[in-house]
Amino acid sequence: MKILVCMKQVPQKDAPLKLNETAAWIREDVSYEVNEPDAFALEEALRQREKHKGEVVVITSGPARAQQVLREALAKGADRAIHLEDNAFVGLDAFNTAKAFAAAIKDEQFDLIFTGLQSDDYGYAQTGVILAELLGWPHATIIMQIEKNDTGIRVKRELEAGFFQFVDMPLPAVLTIQSGINKLRYATLIGIKQAKNKPIRKVALAEVQSAIGENLQKIERLYVPQKTKKTEHIEGSPVEIAKKLVDKLRNELRVL
Amino acid sequence: MPDTILVVVEQREGKLNRVSWETITAGQAIAAATGWTLEAAVVGGTASTFAAEVAAKKVGKVYAVESPKLEPYTPDAFAAALKQLLTAKQPKLVLMPHTYQVRDFVPKLATAMGRAVISDCIGFKHENGKLVFTRQMFQGKLAADVSFNSDAPWFATFQNGAFRGDKAEDGASPAPIETVAADIADGVIRNKPQEAFKEAKQAVDLTQAEVIVAVGRGIKEQKNIEIAKQLADALGADLAASRPICDNGWLPMDRQIGSSGQTVAPKVYLALGISGAIQHIVGMKGSRTIIAVNKDSEAPIFEIADYAIIGNLFDIVPPLTEEVKKVKAELAK
Repeated sequence: MKILVCMKQVPQKDAPLKLNETAAWIREDVSYEVNEPDAFALEEALRQREKHKGEVVVITSGPARAQQVLREALAKGADRAIHLEDNAFVGLDAFNTAKAFAAAIKDEQFDLIFTGLQSDDYGYAQTGVILAELLGWPHATIIMQIEKNDTGIRVKRELEAGFFQFVDMPLPAVLTIQSGINKLRYATLIGIKQAKNKPIRKVALAEVQSAIGENLQKIERLYVPQKTKKTEHIEGSPVEIAKKLVDKLRNELRVL
Repeated sequence: MPDTILVVVEQREGKLNRVSWETITAGQAIAAATGWTLEAAVVGGTASTFAAEVAAKKVGKVYAVESPKLEPYTPDAFAAALKQLLTAKQPKLVLMPHTYQVRDFVPKLATAMGRAVISDCIGFKHENGKLVFTRQMFQGKLAADVSFNSDAPWFATFQNGAFRGDKAEDGASPAPIETVAADIADGVIRNKPQEAFKEAKQAVDLTQAEVIVAVGRGIKEQKNIEIAKQLADALGADLAASRPICDNGWLPMDRQIGSSGQTVAPKVYLALGISGAIQHIVGMKGSRTIIAVNKDSEAPIFEIADYAIIGNLFDIVPPLTEEVKKVKAELAK
């Protein structure tokens, strides 16, 4: 099985975010990490390769800093990487990101493409499904299990309210992977060393420019959400906080 | 002809789900702001059996999009059927609830029409004749107003709980229902879905809990769960968690709160070390009182908290547990 894993670099979960001068995006001088569901997607691809042989290729788009995500993936065991390297990719909507990816892999023959189920920054939850449609492939979303069989694959989709569903589908296919589908591995020292010799194919904006167009949706402004609730801060030493809170639990909220 | 808003509602197991009504409320609000006409569509094997329920609401018309191939749900069939409807009726704006099912097919549908979806919206604004949709970004830390930069149809999905389903207005008289036979060619459907099932029988029902103590990533290690458990025991509360805790196996999956777990509305929800990602918030924002303990003062959980304690849960929780025990012991005297 030849598997492509789409990965994204996003601001760290607890990174304090500030707006930039356009007020339509954040200042980018923050710490970054791999988008969490994408890490599970990578892990699943590595496990599938261990079972069925083949190749795991990772792809990302973004400026030079995004290469870190690819390096980590290579250190964990991915075979090679593709980096659509340009700051302009950060501002693309899901439709254009998928178009850029489709253009960058047009000479490849994958059996499966994995994405995380959504990103921690935009949170559109669309890129994987759009990519499937652009490629003319079937897809399934929010996947918790993948078994290869004679005709293709059987996947376990997570539905809402605790329900699941098995879906049989042919290959090639795109799957969006749910967090928690597996247990993540750590990169080993030897893996980190080997990663240095693994190839990263760089794709410049110019190479995919003809495939992408204007964004179909535009962020007019970004802002700190207005609070709809009046929040009372409880302050003091831990012991004082405990006393104040228990008083509220007992006398105002009446649950003690 | 005036511009039209089309709400595509969702049915599951023969029932329209709650978010469908919320999306109708959203559609009615946008119709009132823009002066556009509101219509609705029901999609399924026997969609017409649900259409009357929707037609009772204040909508201009209801389309029942039917084909035996729409049962069971597949993204291929739904996208094909809706593309036909939208191409024929040409609505300006198409609204759907942001459910797992809609997430599965709407990006495909929009892409097939060369259009975009503004997904997981929590509101809209109509400013100087321009329609913008508000959605959360960066896990709820920031909000964005997003506009369409393409021709119609425009697609937007609304987050669970963004509008009040019970505020959907009834119509003066039932709206006309038009049954539309979807033409889905052989070979269009590639996926073969099996019956939906529940994993193990859910042992824990948190929906009835009066008080919930929930833990998130801030708990750091499995052994620290005990700290939260002791507080829960002292309070007589149920212990719950955000998704990462259950993914790690630190608490069983049936204690998970959020979009992929249970939706709860206790009297008191005590969130310990939970940042408040959207997927968690949708499962607990209906709680009567939310108390949040988090060391990150910018954690989105504080946006919806009634009481905020900014601090390290390892400092805050043990004395709190002691105080609860002390007061309970006094009350028992």
